[in-house]
Amino acid sequence: MTRARVLIRPKEGILDPQGKAVEQALPALGFEGIEHVRVGRMVELEADDPAQLAALCEKLLANPLIEDYEIESLDGTA
Amino acid sequence: MVWGVVQFPGSCDERDAVHACGLAGEARLIWHEERALGGVDAVVIPGGFSYGDYLRAGAIARFSRAMEAVAEFAAGGGPVLGICNGFQVLCEAGLLPGALLRNENLRFVCRQVDLIADGARQSPFLREIEPGERLSIPVKHGEGRYYAPEEMLDEIEANGQVAFRYAPGQNPNGSLRDVAGVLNEGGNVLGLMPHPEHAVDPLTGSVDGLKLFSAASSALANA
Repeated sequence: MTRARVLIRPKEGILDPQGKAVEQALPALGFEGIEHVRVGRMVELEADDPAQLAALCEKLLANPLIEDYEIESLDGTA
Repeated sequence: MVWGVVQFPGSCDERDAVHACGLAGEARLIWHEERALGGVDAVVIPGGFSYGDYLRAGAIARFSRAMEAVAEFAAGGGPVLGICNGFQVLCEAGLLPGALLRNENLRFVCRQVDLIADGARQSPFLREIEPGERLSIPVKHGEGRYYAPEEMLDEIEANGQVAFRYAPGQNPNGSLRDVAGVLNEGGNVLGLMPHPEHAVDPLTGSVDGLKLFSAASSALANA
């Protein structure tokens, strides 16, 4: 079993209203100087065969038209 | 003419869809686990929150058994209408171009909007609607911002695949180029965020939505 973490984020250039809303809320909380906030998703999983993870991302976890993904191994083997 | 309305766990507009289809033929529900469509003449993928909209709206529904059958049906030229969540499902399934993103202002919108039919391409659902015609149809969604890369938008516009746009000043969600509904290349698959099935009775203010159902019905009768 390989433990992996998949990070999914909106593609560069695609409007991310969630990120914008978070960014706009920050000054009111006293956090200054924070910009380009993007909100994505994280999926943690365990796989027998880590080689299938890219296909899994393309087919289900991410929509390649609007999202980029990154696969990180949590065991240093993926 | 028999309509099949696919019902997923989390669908919520299937009853209204069956009612609207029933005004233009007979209608029956198709449970998402059914692998065959049972010989229906047209299919509606209704609105709602299929599979809880987990991951992305429509992302999991597209892998259901019924959707495999719908994809085959569409490939054979069968008329398929995706409404709201159904539009999201058809985009996720690759049966329609583009994707639906979170509304620009992050708010769920629920209101009557005017649509303008683009309708350059022939579609069984658009036969009773003139290009440029205005239709009053309600929207109710949180993730309806139509998105496609610029080249894809140019391409679908050039192909006449934009079926409906929001009337000027009425875009409720930030959809690119005001796109409210698109067709596949063949014109037999239509997806739109507004709800024609909620606009079939004078009681609710507009019967403009009925045109889509009756058009498909008469298109099939004449086929």
